[in-house]
Amino acid sequence: MDARRHAKPPKHARRHAAGPSARKRMIVVVGLLGLAATGLVARAFDLQVVRKQFYQAQGDARFLREMPIPVSRGTIFDRNGEPLAVSTPVMSIWANPSEVLDNDERIPQLAQALGVNADELKSRLAQRSDREFVYLRRQMSPEAAQAVLDLGIPGINGQREFKRYYPSGEVTAHVLGFTNIDDHGQEGLELAYDDWLSGKPGAKRVIRDRMGHVVEDVEQVRAPKPGRNLTLSIDRRIQFLAYSELKNTVEKFQADSASMVILDARTGEVLAMVNLPTYNPNAIDGSKPAQRRNRAMTDVLEPGSTIKPVLMAAALSSGKFTPTSPIIDTTGGHWYFQGHDIHDTHNYGLLTPTGVITKSSNVGAAHIAMDLDTTLMYDTYRAFGFGNSTDSGFPGEAPGYLRIGRDWRPLEKAILGYGYGLNVTVLQLANAYATIADDGVMHTPSFIKGEDNPAKQIISPTIARELIRMMETVTGPGSTAPQARIANYAVAGKTGTAHKASVGGYDKHSYTAAFAGIVPATDPRLVGVVVVDNPKKGSYYGGMVSAPVFSRVMGGALRLLDVPPDNIGRWYVGGPLQGAGGLAGSQPPSETPIDDAPIDEGTP
Amino acid sequence: MKVVSALATIALLVAALASALGVVWTRHESRVLFVQWTSLQNQRDDLNIEYGKLELEQATYAEPRRIDDEARQKLGMISPRPQDIRLLH
Repeated sequence: MDARRHAKPPKHARRHAAGPSARKRMIVVVGLLGLAATGLVARAFDLQVVRKQFYQAQGDARFLREMPIPVSRGTIFDRNGEPLAVSTPVMSIWANPSEVLDNDERIPQLAQALGVNADELKSRLAQRSDREFVYLRRQMSPEAAQAVLDLGIPGINGQREFKRYYPSGEVTAHVLGFTNIDDHGQEGLELAYDDWLSGKPGAKRVIRDRMGHVVEDVEQVRAPKPGRNLTLSIDRRIQFLAYSELKNTVEKFQADSASMVILDARTGEVLAMVNLPTYNPNAIDGSKPAQRRNRAMTDVLEPGSTIKPVLMAAALSSGKFTPTSPIIDTTGGHWYFQGHDIHDTHNYGLLTPTGVITKSSNVGAAHIAMDLDTTLMYDTYRAFGFGNSTDSGFPGEAPGYLRIGRDWRPLEKAILGYGYGLNVTVLQLANAYATIADDGVMHTPSFIKGEDNPAKQIISPTIARELIRMMETVTGPGSTAPQARIANYAVAGKTGTAHKASVGGYDKHSYTAAFAGIVPATDPRLVGVVVVDNPKKGSYYGGMVSAPVFSRVMGGALRLLDVPPDNIGRWYVGGPLQGAGGLAGSQPPSETPIDDAPIDEGTP
Repeated sequence: MKVVSALATIALLVAALASALGVVWTRHESRVLFVQWTSLQNQRDDLNIEYGKLELEQATYAEPRRIDDEARQKLGMISPRPQDIRLLH
């Protein structure tokens, strides 16, 4: 305001002034300048305040990048803390093709460091020159990758990734499964617990130059969440023992495949699960799908005679049967029932219900089945888990097959009594035996140590104990499985030899040899089931093929788990008795088992 | 009045200067700490890598098959015979 007052020209000046007055000129100039200044301020305000976000984002987008922070997958431990699956860091080399092609005189050098053909590498890069990111080689050892990066070729970058290693290799292959190249579970527990194991990669913001090189880390956007560890119920030592014994047996009897499952009777935890044939999870490329199947859970078999204890559970709970009565007449070893020849390998004459188990009489089992109420029998089979998935949470678990009870025809019912006409998995069979072992309480089998498994009382503890005593006779004198005996321990179990179903009926010359058992019989701790599929050489009886495997593996497992012996000096009748304080010998029993009859036809 | 406003101006000036210096200082500090943090992180990663390797190595050495072979062949160990076992009550 002051300026204007001073700028006022004196009165007399007006007269002399010609043209536009100085004052008017001032007003125009100041006005124009003011307008320009206001425009600039407005523009600055627009840029700095109103559209700041937009321009900031545009600027950042030109040099700030979010980069993932890789995290490692959790380690899988066995129940004693031994690692079964470990992720170790590896480097993947990637390239920006156009940048590398600009320096193509260095490609031979690069190809040599990567261990690939130079011409191939060049054509590969040329094909993908419109892209900015091409993997050159994935999962290299950190040292080899560093050697490549040290060449300092523009456009070549390294990225840390993780690769899974399985120290136990093929021994634990089926249980653990494997991961793909992006470190995600594809099969087995790696798949079932993928979310738990994999963790979440973090993100950091970095400043990059025009060439894409990281200049500086700015801040962490998201903290990386490393994968959590998993402790399995598997015991690596028992797993290995089962694997090596099963492998010897498959070789000795030239079997097609074999499975073994060991459960902790008190908790339902899976201590070992082995299948043959197997594969090396550290190099899955060469393996066939048939090798990768976890047969103990995905394949079904007809249980044959191993079902008889379950039938007996139904018989005992019906009240019509006790372990000793009534006497069942199996004289002749044949029972022509509705035109079907149910037969035993020998004529066992009169048998008690316990005798039916001891001798594994099919005729006896069929008689018992026909005496039972269909609903009770069906409900018992069902309660023992047949025809239902065990809910173990393992991917691809088969539910098996059991026809609904009211659809059973009489002949079908008789045949179901000795284990044909239904399909079960090895795990289901093991779980059924574990139920008997734990006083009739069924646990959901689990692979995780200390998990709270839902339990359910299926049959009364009294009946369960009676069943174990009946099954103890299976390894006693004149039984089907003396070879299942374990020195100093009482063994309860049951053999099973079943014809394999094939297209158009049952194959006369291929069998599955099974043995399911409980140790120690007086205070059950472990349940083991061995199934050997199609043994072609030597023998095909469950008592000859599978029972010895059971004996050796379970004997070792009992020792490893420090289970006190319950049968010192009372090993088997006729066996050597040691002096006071001594233990019974561990010589193999010389007794030959009686045949456990496979039945030629199952369902009519 | 004049004195008070002059003092206030000076105080504000000093405060503004101090805050500006503070910004510079903390910025520098954060850079230094970030560099330190990053290097510690790298160190941790390296240690984790080393740990994983050792874990794997240990698992390989503790492989039951290897222990079995070593015990039986190198050390000549055997399963005890029944008459060699004494049971303590």
